Amino acid sequence: IVFQGEGCRTVPLSGHVGFDSLPDQLVNKSVNHGFCFNILCVGETGLGKSTLMDTLFNTKFEGDPASHSQPGVQLKSNTYDLQESNVNLKLTIVSTVGFGDQINKEDSYKPIVEFIDAQFEAYLQEELKIRRVLHNYHDTRIHACLYFIAPTGHSLKSLDLVTMKKLDSKVNIIPIIAKSDAISKSELTKFKIKITSELVSNGVQIYQFPTDDESVAEINGTMNAHLPFAVIGSTEELKIGNKMMKARQYPWGTVQVENEAHCDFVKLREMLIRVNMEDLREQTHTRHYELYRRCKLEEMGFKDTDPDSKPFSLQETYEAKRNEFLGELQKKEEAMRQMFVQRVKEKEAELKEAEKELHEKFDRLKKLHQDEKKKLEDKKKSLDDEVNAFKQRKTAAELLQSQAQQAGGSQTLKRDKERKK
Amino acid sequence: AGPVESKNEAAMSELVPEPRQKPAVPMKPMGINASLLGYIGIDTIIEQMRKKTMKTGFDFNIMVVGQSGLGKSTLVNTLFKSQVSRKSSGWNREEKIPKTVEIKAIGHVIEEGGVKMKLTVIDTPGFGDQINNENCWEPIEKYINEQYEKFLKEEVNIARKKRIPDTRVHCCLYFISPTGHSLRPLDLEFMKHLSKVVNIIPVIAKADTMTLEEKTEFKQRVRKELEVNGIEFYPQKEFDEDLEDKTENDKIRQESMPFAVVGSDKEYQVNGKRVLGRKTPWGIIEVENLSHCEFALLRDFVIRTHLQDLKEVTHNIHYETYRAKRLNDNGGLPPMTVETEENHESNL
Repeated sequence: IVFQGEGCRTVPLSGHVGFDSLPDQLVNKSVNHGFCFNILCVGETGLGKSTLMDTLFNTKFEGDPASHSQPGVQLKSNTYDLQESNVNLKLTIVSTVGFGDQINKEDSYKPIVEFIDAQFEAYLQEELKIRRVLHNYHDTRIHACLYFIAPTGHSLKSLDLVTMKKLDSKVNIIPIIAKSDAISKSELTKFKIKITSELVSNGVQIYQFPTDDESVAEINGTMNAHLPFAVIGSTEELKIGNKMMKARQYPWGTVQVENEAHCDFVKLREMLIRVNMEDLREQTHTRHYELYRRCKLEEMGFKDTDPDSKPFSLQETYEAKRNEFLGELQKKEEAMRQMFVQRVKEKEAELKEAEKELHEKFDRLKKLHQDEKKKLEDKKKSLDDEVNAFKQRKTAAELLQSQAQQAGGSQTLKRDKERKK
Repeated sequence: AGPVESKNEAAMSELVPEPRQKPAVPMKPMGINASLLGYIGIDTIIEQMRKKTMKTGFDFNIMVVGQSGLGKSTLVNTLFKSQVSRKSSGWNREEKIPKTVEIKAIGHVIEEGGVKMKLTVIDTPGFGDQINNENCWEPIEKYINEQYEKFLKEEVNIARKKRIPDTRVHCCLYFISPTGHSLRPLDLEFMKHLSKVVNIIPVIAKADTMTLEEKTEFKQRVRKELEVNGIEFYPQKEFDEDLEDKTENDKIRQESMPFAVVGSDKEYQVNGKRVLGRKTPWGIIEVENLSHCEFALLRDFVIRTHLQDLKEVTHNIHYETYRAKRLNDNGGLPPMTVETEENHESNL
């Protein structure tokens, strides 16, 4: 096989070929297939997660507000089919329930990490199958994690830092300041700076809007500087001027959700949906998922090269493991067989012993029986002899008696009487 | 504005995630038509996706198979309006026909409308040219499978490349000699074997030697023969995704294919326009004129409408079939690198 083309040269075209329609062909196929987008909302109860989702997607998603008395952190997940022009989007929104409510929050981050890993695992399992259907797979991996920061105005809570640190290598984190109408403009600036510096000093990697594509580099670069976004959510519409707008009404004024001077909601929508949705999906697949996959496979004992830098392959490791496993199985089987043989022998010996004892007992008893019998026979014989002797004496006595009677009647009678006395 | 809710209520799945639990695939999704309630902006994903694909660029690998002299290289050059085939890339024009089938792959980068494409043309000189052509499709089948193997190996690595280089053959143009009678046994044998591993598009070469009636009859006969022999050429019936696809593809399968083509890289002046054509004493055959030959149909089919689909069928079906078979044969294990085997042998 001859390949000429490493460092392919560019060849000019002498006319219109038509492959400039390729992006359209690709996009059309994706449109026919439909898109998936999965958002995870992490934040304490009451920070307005559900309201913000409703506001972002212009709809009222199902659900009742959660209580503060959850025993542990749970995740609630819902999927919705949204359609806009010819785009069908399968949107999954996952929210934490009971986050931050417990007295001991040491393990609060765990259910979240486990959930994210579970989605990666499901995808990995599908990918490893022999017969797989990856192109029809409903992707449940989390593409964006909105982390809701409580609007204290001071700094991040330790729970926030710990949780974000655990999540930053698994998911694209976009931190947002929730219910930000509770903070004044000046406090907000200080708050944002504090948060950003705390994230940096703790080494938390949040999602950076990509600046490598010149068409979006500028807007993304600007937006990166506005993180974390200070947002307000509201599905109530109020009449402001002569338009209906999403807003929150207070005695001292009305906060407009889509007014960029009031909050960063528009920025969030712009970045999350209208500019970087595809990049979020791509980063999840090419970075976070690949990292998970690599760690998981290494954990299972696979590697690409060994210490002597000879290239291994998954197959060799598989083979080695399989042989090892089979060897162990065989050993176990042998051991069990040995034990079985041993036990049988022991049991046999026991039984033989028992049998022997029984025989002995039988012999003894037999002998006893014979002895007894002999004794009885002897006794019987001696008794018989006595009986015979008595009979003889009796006959002899009767004989004498009859003789005496004939000789002298009364004398003998008297003598008899005397004798009888 | 009230929400538009469907009658189905989405069950709220409360999850208590445990390790190794089945993932949360939520129940019946609610159907909401968001456009009624205000613009969200999800349809911008199309533009976002388009931008990303333009940035990464595309790969396309096309193979040409047929006896020498059927105009394969010229046709490919005509298709891509540039000198991309073997004959034009510095290879000796006076080459001898090789004694066995050789596989020669040449890559070029072409750009149009901001879209960059790495095009690889794989030529198979020597195919069908020997006296005894038994099994001459085997080197070709081997090459195709080797590309699947290469991809598979990259895919099973622990540390994977961000973008696995794709050398798999997306499309195989099979050139049928314009005898006017029927397909040759070699044609049938090749297509029978290879249609199972790659997308085959049969074309009738040098179609300027047939009249319109001869062409129509020949095409009908060829289609019948392919059907009788159970040869599924691209677009395969079983992979039609929906009714729209099926209708469109049925028309192509039953009427247009196999395309009767003529290739040329020379331009002539016809009616004040410069056109690609072949000059004969009896007239100029215009390559892109649909009344002269079906080149334009082939070009539109392969490049302008079905290029992405050719790649997807290769990836989602042919490659997956290869992979499943490979893993099954290996007892569920991924394949071993050939180099590793050699290394081990040398270390023994």
